[in-house]
Amino acid sequence: MSSMSAPKPAATEAPAADALDGSNGASHVGPASRVESLAVGPAVARHPGDTKAADVVKCLRDDSTLDPRTDPGLSSAEVIALYEAMLRTRVLDDRLVALQRQGRIGFHIGSLGEEASIIGSAFALRPQDWLFPCYREFGGALWRGMPLQRYVDNMFGNANDPAKGRQMPDHYCFRQAKVTSISSPIGTQITQAVGFAWAAKLKKDDLAAIVYFGEGATSSNEFHNGLNFAGVFKTPTIFFCRNNGWAISVPTERQTASRTFAEKAVAYGMPGVRVDGNDIFAVIKVTRDAVERAARGEGSTLIEAMTYRLSGHSTSDDPKAYRPDGTVDPWRAQDPMARLRRYLHKHHGWTDARDKELEASLDADLREAIKAAEATAGPSLESMFEDVFAEVPWHLAEQRDELVRGPRAKGHP
Amino acid sequence: MSGPTKSVRFREAIRMGMVEEMERDDRVYIVGEEVGHYQGAYKVTEGMLEKFGPKRVIDAPITESGFTGISIGAAMVGLRPIVEYMTWNFSAVAFDQILNNAAKMRQMSGGQLHVPIVFRAPNASAKQVGSQHSHAMEHFYAHVPGLKVVAPATCADAKGLMKTAIRDDDPVLYMESETLYNLKGDVPEDPEFTVPFGKASVARQGGDVTIVSWSRMVHVSLQAAEELAKEGLDVEVIDLRSLRPLDEEALVANVSKTHRAVVAYEGWPYGGVGAEVVDRIQRLAFDELDAPIERVTTLDYPMPYNAKLEQHVIPSAERVIEAVKRVAYRSA
Ligand SMILES: Cc1ncc(C[n+]2csc(CCOP(=O)(O)OP(=O)(O)O)c2C)c(N)n1
Ligand SMILES: [Mg+2]
Repeated sequence: MSSMSAPKPAATEAPAADALDGSNGASHVGPASRVESLAVGPAVARHPGDTKAADVVKCLRDDSTLDPRTDPGLSSAEVIALYEAMLRTRVLDDRLVALQRQGRIGFHIGSLGEEASIIGSAFALRPQDWLFPCYREFGGALWRGMPLQRYVDNMFGNANDPAKGRQMPDHYCFRQAKVTSISSPIGTQITQAVGFAWAAKLKKDDLAAIVYFGEGATSSNEFHNGLNFAGVFKTPTIFFCRNNGWAISVPTERQTASRTFAEKAVAYGMPGVRVDGNDIFAVIKVTRDAVERAARGEGSTLIEAMTYRLSGHSTSDDPKAYRPDGTVDPWRAQDPMARLRRYLHKHHGWTDARDKELEASLDADLREAIKAAEATAGPSLESMFEDVFAEVPWHLAEQRDELVRGPRAKGHP
Repeated sequence: MSGPTKSVRFREAIRMGMVEEMERDDRVYIVGEEVGHYQGAYKVTEGMLEKFGPKRVIDAPITESGFTGISIGAAMVGLRPIVEYMTWNFSAVAFDQILNNAAKMRQMSGGQLHVPIVFRAPNASAKQVGSQHSHAMEHFYAHVPGLKVVAPATCADAKGLMKTAIRDDDPVLYMESETLYNLKGDVPEDPEFTVPFGKASVARQGGDVTIVSWSRMVHVSLQAAEELAKEGLDVEVIDLRSLRPLDEEALVANVSKTHRAVVAYEGWPYGGVGAEVVDRIQRLAFDELDAPIERVTTLDYPMPYNAKLEQHVIPSAERVIEAVKRVAYRSA
């Protein structure tokens, strides 16, 4: 029996559970009755029809023509290259999930359904711009020049992994391609990107920083801190919010009571724009506009890319537990890959045969990369002790030597 | 323990503690990411949304500092919140609320306000989750006056400490371990069964060397003790259970019996709870010691992802065995 505290009679002096009614502790949702209904039934997901709203920037029409007002004017070669990058991303997702199921890698967090948002926005950057990823942006990192082999090495945490086997899979970092490190705690990359862009502006470096995050991250402190600072200091930052409908099992409407995520920009004195995130042309258009604004010294933009997470949150998640598979079908019909493929068929003489050929060649590249990564040894024990500080301090050197040689015969460490 | 018991897994034992207290006291609610619809990131809260409804099992937006601060406020008005973090690692973004408000409200208000709240989550290493997800956070929190920190290793303690934590009128930080969630054990069904804070338990009796440990490392220490028994070393394993308050008496009594001690735990070697244990023993039982006390800790290095490297960084039974032999002056 506890001697620390005598049990109190329940709910005599307290406001009791009634105090939890309505908005208390759940101010992000509507009236209590609605909360109740959400709790018993499956959580309600956003409807794809939302992207039809007038304020949402769109370009690729249902008949596979482009709206001239938002057409970014891409060449045929560019469109095909974008399609290839999207398909590579999808092939990667497919194979990496399989590898995880086979126990050959520990984890994968993919971008199924979000390829147009990720590849389109990365495409719209200039070579000098920097990319601060959330975690689903490997397609963008590859587009920026991170070699496929290095990405796959990170999935295995081997000796060739640029993060030297220290980070989880999909926690890549590739400075050469101007891609910074993934940081797991939600939202923390947002302020870093703002600071990066702000300092670049002070140094008169002509660059912008794009930072990716999910709509769930708009609840984090750093989202608000970042946008506020960016607004006050007019930093050249592009806030790219992937609104994919879900934060693990939490649907958008239980993350915010705002009508849109884009409108949060208003409070921080910067433009916020919604874009059909499954329309790569529209994504390129709005991201380019944001980069140009930044370059003109006009400051930041918040982009809400309206897309959908077709897969589970990660390989650790089974979405069927909270999202009946049928509710995903309307979004499958908005698959950004299928939409772009139809466009290619119509305007660029794309054929199913070419599609198959491309997929086969992407698959072959990947198989080779996986084979090489799997055959590569893990990082050496010694390597662990590097990079904690600029120089290895004596006590880490001692730990290292002890680990490599075994413990000292006498005394204690 | 007396009375009827039930064999459950560690995660169920935690849940039993919470559910019983929520049934007993309707001021108790739980909030966190994925605690409701998802049934908890590690299924600790399974069935609780259905049982208690969304007013008392609340899925929070992704802002640990937000729902921590909100719950501190709710506790000040008289509710008794349980705040779940998906892992203790993510409590770092709520650290200021815990350090500066939960821990100090009673003191700052001259005793006019207090914060009866429980913070709970899996802690320390899991398997291959990298440096940002492997922190042993008890060391940061146990440093703070005004906070109580507990870390059960058995199912019965998981239930009993949870109940004591909820009934306590001060902030309690409750440390779980992802690697223990499937552990099976008997727990008393008596709804008045609680485990007091500040009382260690003896996980294994022995006369030659004392290993002081908590949470997952108790099991690693027991494994080490079995190996050492084969070599004729009779090892006592102390499970601290409660890291603050700390059971000084048990430490002194045990070391007075074995005269040698090893402290085995997860967390970096610089400072921390283990160093505190060493300080107490050497200060209070100096004359009883026949050897310097050793610590077996996580290496002084951020956790790597690669499985082979990780193995070397997490304290292992092998390292515990080596340390015990050193304090017993037995060569390997
Ligand atoms: C500070 C913090 N809290 C919790 C988590 C666990 N977590 C990982 S992803 C995630 C959901 C993120 O949702 P969203 O921002 O919408 O991004 P999405 O995964 O949908 O791309 C959560 C809660 C975390 N990584 N960091
Ligand atoms: Mg999301």
